[in-house]
Amino acid sequence: MPAWAGFQPGPWVDNIDVRDFLQKNYRPYAGDSSFLSGPSDKTSRLWNKCQELLRAEYRKGGVLDVDARNPITITSHPPAYIDRELETIVGLQTDQPLKRAINVFGGLNTSIKACQAYGYEPDTQMIDFFRKYRPTHNDGVFAVYTPEMKMARRVGIITGLPDSYGRGRIIGDYRRVSLYGVDRLKAGKKSDLILMDKKMEPSSIQLREEVFCQIEALQKMKEMAEGYGFNISRPADNALEAVQWLYFAYLAAVKEQNGAAMSLGRIANFLDIYIERDIAQGLMGEIEAQELIDQLVIKLRLVRHLRSPEYNELFAGDPNWITESLGGMGTDGRHLVTRTSYRILNSLYNLGPAPEPNMTVLWSENLPDNFKYFCSDLSINTSTLQYENDDVMRRYYGDDYAIACCVSAMKLGQETQFFGARCNLAKLLLYAINGGRDEMTGEQVGVEIPVYEGSILEYDEVMSRLKIQLEWLCELYVNIMNVIHYMHDKYAYEASQFALHDSTIHHYMAFGIAGLSVAADSLSAIKYAQVKPLQDERGIITDFSIEGDFPKFGNDEPRVDRIAAALVEDFINHLKKHPTYKNAEHTLSILTITSNVMYGKHTGTTPDGRQSGQPLAPGANPLHGREEHGALAALNSVAQLDYRHARDGISFTFSTVPSALGVNREEQVSNLTGLLSGYFMQNAHHMNVNVLNLETLKEAMDHPEKYPDLTIRISGYAVHFIKLTREQQEEVIMRTFFKRM
Amino acid sequence: MLGRIHSIDTFSTLDGPGIRTVIFMQGCFLRCKYCHNPDTWSRESDHSRDYTSEALMHIITRGKPYFDATGGGITFSGGEPLLQHQFLKEIFILCREIGISTAFDSSLYVSTNIIDNLLSCTDLVLADIKQMDRAKSQELVGSGNELNLSNIELINQRRVPIWIRYVVVPGWTDDRKDVEAMARFIAPLTCIERVDLLPYHALGRHKWSMLGIKYDLKDLHPPSREQMMELKLLVEKHSSKQVVIHE
Ligand code: SF4
Repeated sequence: MPAWAGFQPGPWVDNIDVRDFLQKNYRPYAGDSSFLSGPSDKTSRLWNKCQELLRAEYRKGGVLDVDARNPITITSHPPAYIDRELETIVGLQTDQPLKRAINVFGGLNTSIKACQAYGYEPDTQMIDFFRKYRPTHNDGVFAVYTPEMKMARRVGIITGLPDSYGRGRIIGDYRRVSLYGVDRLKAGKKSDLILMDKKMEPSSIQLREEVFCQIEALQKMKEMAEGYGFNISRPADNALEAVQWLYFAYLAAVKEQNGAAMSLGRIANFLDIYIERDIAQGLMGEIEAQELIDQLVIKLRLVRHLRSPEYNELFAGDPNWITESLGGMGTDGRHLVTRTSYRILNSLYNLGPAPEPNMTVLWSENLPDNFKYFCSDLSINTSTLQYENDDVMRRYYGDDYAIACCVSAMKLGQETQFFGARCNLAKLLLYAINGGRDEMTGEQVGVEIPVYEGSILEYDEVMSRLKIQLEWLCELYVNIMNVIHYMHDKYAYEASQFALHDSTIHHYMAFGIAGLSVAADSLSAIKYAQVKPLQDERGIITDFSIEGDFPKFGNDEPRVDRIAAALVEDFINHLKKHPTYKNAEHTLSILTITSNVMYGKHTGTTPDGRQSGQPLAPGANPLHGREEHGALAALNSVAQLDYRHARDGISFTFSTVPSALGVNREEQVSNLTGLLSGYFMQNAHHMNVNVLNLETLKEAMDHPEKYPDLTIRISGYAVHFIKLTREQQEEVIMRTFFKRM
Repeated sequence: MLGRIHSIDTFSTLDGPGIRTVIFMQGCFLRCKYCHNPDTWSRESDHSRDYTSEALMHIITRGKPYFDATGGGITFSGGEPLLQHQFLKEIFILCREIGISTAFDSSLYVSTNIIDNLLSCTDLVLADIKQMDRAKSQELVGSGNELNLSNIELINQRRVPIWIRYVVVPGWTDDRKDVEAMARFIAPLTCIERVDLLPYHALGRHKWSMLGIKYDLKDLHPPSREQMMELKLLVEKHSSKQVVIHE
């Protein structure tokens, strides 16, 4: 059958335009989940084998095996299988499932440390080669970093910067490989080169070189697939090939790169077109359709990168953020739910709950009720979903965007972002009070002004001091990001992922803040209560005595919610004053991943009464235990933060116990759906939903072996609870679980 | 007007249909032995505070999108909310004006005209039945049950929907005879839409010791799931009402 037989033609035939293909060919599905099928026999048997491997990996301390000799590239490793008979979809990163490779291009020293942390010695010849002949991204960055930049990084005012590992957050439009085949994509890139500006300036020279690398990467992708016996130079002919081609494209990306977030995009409806065509022609039934999806999901669950222990402290639980965006609405008013949206979610039942792929529901008021209920029910059963407001994002990104990582939206194939971790706003406030001296180390880090002298903290004085430090930090932050992304492009360019973008793309530069609620509460305390600063023997203010009450973020109290909203707006406005690499558009996220624990550890006592070393709140959440009026008040406070000023996402994690949602399942589903509706109706951006019993979590801490699949959502992603450190587990339990006492 | 409020929970799904904001009013004249909220008993307490109706309405209104999405609304609970019935009435009227559904959860051990006066702006009454047996009621909650039962009949006459709440306290209210009597009492009352059976649990016990009050039910264990199921069947059989077991 010709690859495109039966497809409705359109501009997509002549130009690379997956969205047009989708719009012309997808069929919305508003029905319920009763058509779904359980796992096929092959899938069950394959998954059993994988689960054994996963258990072995856990028992070995999180890493099953490491290939410390052969640095990974698209074609570095020969074809490999788990069990060829049982695999419908093939392809592994290395020669063994779960065996991790070293990806040296991000940073040699990080790779060496990561190997050694798990008891492996990297090949000395390989190390020598890189030392002598091939600088890495990390070398490039540190050649340029100023002492000030290094200091900011060391004291933890800015952390998690992608300066020694892959930056990630780039979503290749993997669908292009299935729809067009690699040859057509190569031809497109070649004609882009011909049409390009002939004037040779740094930017045009760079672009030409990048497109050249993209063409090479496409070639390698083809070679890699050939090893498995597939010819992906041509378009996929059927559903099996469509899934396989797409997975090869993704596999090339996770071989070439170890980015923190390697997201999948929005593949459900695309694959649905192929699956429904095959079903209509009698080539497959529902069991086979589900098998294709389950087998793809199995492969995605086996993706591994070798990380250093410091990395794990920031991003706990070995996440890859293989984010798949589901649902949402089309700009023409048709919803974007198909049967395959259900099939992908159904893998959580067929294979059991797991963090990957990172299932993200693009919520719209107009989604079909059946789909809303199905998702709510799945949340209550598995706590694996996050929800993001399509009605808000669609205005900016149209209807073929996807989420990278947790909350970062971008148009597929046309936009990408430079990931920039986050800075610690709570600490910055302490810098404002201490005239730029770090409250932990005593070093002069920020702008040097005298330590606050008055006996009571005055709001206006603190705010003007904060502005000085904010200006300093934002300029420094933009400059650090410029260095990192220049060097990443130079030494660790993601050629295979960018090959699946248009040649001219729009860049975002995504900054982030942690500790928003603590900073807002501190300013509220200063404004509405009496806060006395107390100096230690170094003359640094490290403690506060607070008299009187003050409104706290998370109680739907406009007096403090406005402070939080204004902090966000100020921050992005200060960032925007400074030019970015490749003219990227500045964006901001309020997201912490699990780094709120680590950030808290390095942040002294704050004027809101939070003690030194205590965790900050995750994402945009109110600080633990400060919500006095229950969940809606907390949700409403978070909804006050304006997405316009935080276009890289505002993450909120809602945790509750099943019984707090209603007395029976029907009520629970309806109430959770209503909760999401009410929240998103107010233009809120994101919600992680956890429906768990605290007792289960406590028991899982003591008996991890009994809970291998227990999955919970944390600030933008899901993790296996047992893979968190004890400290992080305790923090999760400390978090506010909404339930009636 | 000012209302003395113990606390507010903006998210409850257990106090009427849908998502509800529950306002726990300060003050109660009963002394139920199993009370979860003995800190609401006294009219004044350090932890409670006065709200103006405007301040409370501000909080309530913020829940409207959630109420609309789930058929929810507000519920006054306590303590005994009807001790502040004038404040309730004011809030209920304001809620009605903006299309927010109103409910109160009461022991109904209060004078009949207070209730009658409120019903015109009430969408749902969560009515406790503590104990059908008068003497047992006296011992368990410190008062006989005549008002409780006659008020339920009145509300039914006024055609306001009612959900019955019955706490199953082992040894005190779980006698099948008493439960059956309750079922027979409600059977003819057509406005009773459902019956919530709440198992006794000891979650509030720490408050008793904090307040320095002696807790009589010290050695009591919550009823088993099976026992709750049996009682549910019993109530269903003799009342033909929908019965829901809480956790
Ligand atoms: S009526 Fe309610 S608040 Fe009053 S004592 Fe009884 S259980 Fe406690």
